[in-house]
Amino acid sequence: MIQKGDHFRSGPSASAKSIYPVGFILEKTGRNVFWVMGALQSSPDHPEFVALAEKTGFSFEQIRVLHKRFKQLSHNGETLRRDHFNEIPDLACNPIRSQIIEAFFDRRNFRQNGEGTVEEIGFEEFLVVMSHFRPPSVHMTAEQRNSVRREKLRFIFNMHDTDNDGTITLEEYRHVVEELLSRSGALGKETAKSIADAAMLEVASISMGHMEPDEFYEGITFEHFLKLLSEFDIEARMNIRFLNMDTTTLCK
Amino acid sequence: MNRCGFVHLWLLGSGLLICLIFGVTKVNGNTALTHQEPHPRPPASNSNVNQTEHGHDASITGIPIVTFKWHHVETPYIIALWILMAGLGKLVIEANHHVTNVIPESALLICCGFLLGGIVWGADKKQTFTLTPTVFFFYLLPQIILDAGYSMPNKLFFSNMGAILVYAVIGTCWNAASLGLSLWGCHLGGAMGDLDIGLLQYLLFGSLIAAVDPVAVIAVFEQVHVNEVLFIMVFGESLLNDGVTVVLFNVFDAFVSLGGSKINAVEIVKGIISFFVVAFGGSLVGFLFGLLIALVTRCTKNIQIIEPGFVFVLGYLSYLTAEMLSLSAILSIVFCGMCCQKYINANMDERSVTTVKYVMKVLANGSETIVFVFLGISAIDKTIWVWNTGFILLTLLFIFVYRFIGVVVLTWILNKFRLVPLEFIDQLIMSYGGLRGAVAYGLATMLDERKIKEKNLMVCTTLIVVYFTVILQGVTMKPLVTWLKVKRAAATELTLVEKVQNKVFDHMLVAIEDISGQIGHNYMRDKWNNFEEKWMSRLLMKPSARKNRDYVFKVFHKLNLQDAIGYVTEGERRGSLEFIRNETAFVNFKKKFGEDFADVMPDITADTSDDYGAMSVMGRDPVPSVSLEMHEQSTTGVREREDVNTHHLLQQHLYKSRKQHRHRYSRSHFDLNRDENEVQEIFQRMMRNRLESFKSAKMGVAPPKHISKHSRKDQQHKMGNEKSMDKNKSNYSGDEEFEYSEGDSACGFEASGNSFPMRVSYRAGDGIENPAFNPDLDPAEQLQIPPWLAEAELDNNMVAPSQRAQVRLPWTPTNLRRLAPLRISIRSNDSFMMADNPDSQQRDDDSLPPPPPPPQRDGGHM
Repeated sequence: MIQKGDHFRSGPSASAKSIYPVGFILEKTGRNVFWVMGALQSSPDHPEFVALAEKTGFSFEQIRVLHKRFKQLSHNGETLRRDHFNEIPDLACNPIRSQIIEAFFDRRNFRQNGEGTVEEIGFEEFLVVMSHFRPPSVHMTAEQRNSVRREKLRFIFNMHDTDNDGTITLEEYRHVVEELLSRSGALGKETAKSIADAAMLEVASISMGHMEPDEFYEGITFEHFLKLLSEFDIEARMNIRFLNMDTTTLCK
Repeated sequence: MNRCGFVHLWLLGSGLLICLIFGVTKVNGNTALTHQEPHPRPPASNSNVNQTEHGHDASITGIPIVTFKWHHVETPYIIALWILMAGLGKLVIEANHHVTNVIPESALLICCGFLLGGIVWGADKKQTFTLTPTVFFFYLLPQIILDAGYSMPNKLFFSNMGAILVYAVIGTCWNAASLGLSLWGCHLGGAMGDLDIGLLQYLLFGSLIAAVDPVAVIAVFEQVHVNEVLFIMVFGESLLNDGVTVVLFNVFDAFVSLGGSKINAVEIVKGIISFFVVAFGGSLVGFLFGLLIALVTRCTKNIQIIEPGFVFVLGYLSYLTAEMLSLSAILSIVFCGMCCQKYINANMDERSVTTVKYVMKVLANGSETIVFVFLGISAIDKTIWVWNTGFILLTLLFIFVYRFIGVVVLTWILNKFRLVPLEFIDQLIMSYGGLRGAVAYGLATMLDERKIKEKNLMVCTTLIVVYFTVILQGVTMKPLVTWLKVKRAAATELTLVEKVQNKVFDHMLVAIEDISGQIGHNYMRDKWNNFEEKWMSRLLMKPSARKNRDYVFKVFHKLNLQDAIGYVTEGERRGSLEFIRNETAFVNFKKKFGEDFADVMPDITADTSDDYGAMSVMGRDPVPSVSLEMHEQSTTGVREREDVNTHHLLQQHLYKSRKQHRHRYSRSHFDLNRDENEVQEIFQRMMRNRLESFKSAKMGVAPPKHISKHSRKDQQHKMGNEKSMDKNKSNYSGDEEFEYSEGDSACGFEASGNSFPMRVSYRAGDGIENPAFNPDLDPAEQLQIPPWLAEAELDNNMVAPSQRAQVRLPWTPTNLRRLAPLRISIRSNDSFMMADNPDSQQRDDDSLPPPPPPPQRDGGHM
């Protein structure tokens, strides 16, 4: 017990960080409940929040803020649909908007081993998808770091692998590059195509080594994807600062 | 062995140079720029000078054939010699890689400076050359800092800006204050014996030595390759703390002058205000000059040769302006470089950008070398050495300890706010990387001896601190980094995939922030980018440059350039005389056959060339791009053949190696693919298969330009030959015309080879087939025209027949209209475009390498 408590204390603002070992989560939520009870009496559904916090690792405060945002996006509804996302003005000029939005409706990202897409998501799914972007805890073993890394990369991989066949094919990759370049109008599809091809070639040469002329590179598998981005400290980069502060009034 | 000889040679050479310098300086007295203090001339030499001058004046009795005018060139000559010496020193040092692997170059350069200083001392019995503040701050420092700013990774810098500022401002203040106070405390405790230094003077000393030195940090960390966040922390701190140092130095200098009694709250508040003014004012000046550079380079299209000069001159001016306004000059030039980098890289010609980069590196690296060498030389001077064990050792100890404490405490605070906390190992390296350098020394020599009695002690302590940090910590840095397993920077460059993923990340993070309604770094960055895109780019960047500066595209372009260079190298490597022989044999062969069997020629030629292609590695697709030249050759003579062959050789190898390059990638994959470019590429590569699939390919395929260029030219090549062969045929009409047009529609080599037999079928089918695929193809192709070819494309569409063709072939406009649809338009246009070159340009084309294929297309075929 004491030891767990120490672990908990070891990370600054542990409420925002450190979740992966389940023991910590329980410990933490247990501690935070008291705090939440005091601060958030008004919140109507905090028992739900406890479960969500366990599941996603967000702090209650963060969940409260995100819940508010959820309500705002869904116009006080219970679920979010794709057009709700499309209404976000800041998102409008994001070139890979559609992929991002699609990721929210992708069962693979709900941590439930599901497949396929859904039409609308509830707050829980929203939070679960968001939790992919939570910063990792300060003190992680190499193993934990690795699993966080895999998980984050899996999210991106799924985003690119639209047909869920385990590989990012050339077509899918082209689509990605095309969307990326879609805002710089002068470079058309043609460029995107060539860039995707060049990148794919590179992938083939990196992950397969020498290939015979008649060999066939089907696409990037997840293992290759991991290898390709091994230099990329994604666990340190694919993070969003989830403030405890309520900023929804500032964002449209 | 070799190296030993080298070193000896160098020593001998340097000895001679030094002797030369001193031989003459002794005679003429010393006025070199690098002289620290004007010292009284020895009377003997003085009179000597007078005598010679007098004698010179008096003895103009005739025209002297040779006069020795050393004093005339003395100053620049000595400067140039010293630069040469520093450069040679670096050359020798860098010749031993296993030494530089252990000891950083900066440390070796300082040692080299010791050596040179020793020689000077031995010759002169006093140190006549030292680093003066003027030289250092006005002529050596600016380019180093400009280079740092220009090559600064902006995104990394700004995303860590907060932390860097905390270290630079609070950390430096802490260092200065703690050092000054502790030394004062020790002084009061009696640890240093009898010294005439007051509290304010201790603080002044603390402030000058507190700042981490950018020059030393760059020099040491460049060789260590720590991860980029760690590097930017130390490096950014060393750049930004200049503002603090300048302010602290000036404030305490003023306080020392004022004397302790006159310091009151008002003065202190003024000092704090002046910090903000100096720091932000300096940054603002730099920012403005950066914008100015961007604006200037926007309109230097017509003076491309000197446009790199603007960058340096305006950068230097920003430094001087800030200095003039007593703002932080270093901050000014750093921000100048950081602001302008993006715009000048986009605005200027690629060659100018390369020039700027290289000249920047030359200047920075050269200055850095000189700075370190002179830091070494400065030590060999008896007059500055005042030893005070307590003072010196305590200073070293305190610097080290307080730096460590400062970093750890500040990081502890920062980690509460950082998304990715800095680990303890990083903190260790950061505190250990607190190198002091020439800036501190420069400031120390600027102290006023009248106000500060122990100036020499301070100078000498500063030097010792510099040597200690640069040499000792520099040498141990690398083992420490290895031992602590500090995360290193990725050695390799980012791959295209990684760059694409980078971009995906950025957008993804922004999107998630947008969705979750958080305002974070990414949100702010996105807003800034939008603003920048909308206003600043529009104002500061050429419209043409704005188009092509997408991040991913730039990487792609760079990769393509690399590849292209690789092709040329490969082509040169494998280029053999055999190939040239083959080529001429090929031509002659065809010619001969053409002349002998004019009637049956086409079939034979087709066969032979096909066989030829099968036999020879090179000749599988016998090259193409010289067709027009071949024609030229046959008409104007054999003289150009060498040219043609060279051109030919290059072209063939270019194409060849690209194909080889493609082997890395599966081609069966492309077979499954319906992508037009790729299918076309297959056609180019697989002659036999292509023959069978010819018809279907023609229907569905819009081949890429540069590929078709070959085939088209090949076609014309044959045409040229045929023309030359059939000189007796005076008029071309009907058949010839058809052959030409069908060549247009035919895709690739075998088509041209079989042109005559196919002509028959075509003549029959031509009216029927054309309309069928014409409307399908044309619009698609319009879309596929890359922007840079759009103009040419337009031209060609308007003037369908080439002028050249019009001259040579008696086509009527109606014919052309009828035939035009037959062409698969990209290729035909392209070929016409080639043919459109007036004959005057033809010669140029011969001597020049073939026009580079458009980068986009290129990638499609790798």
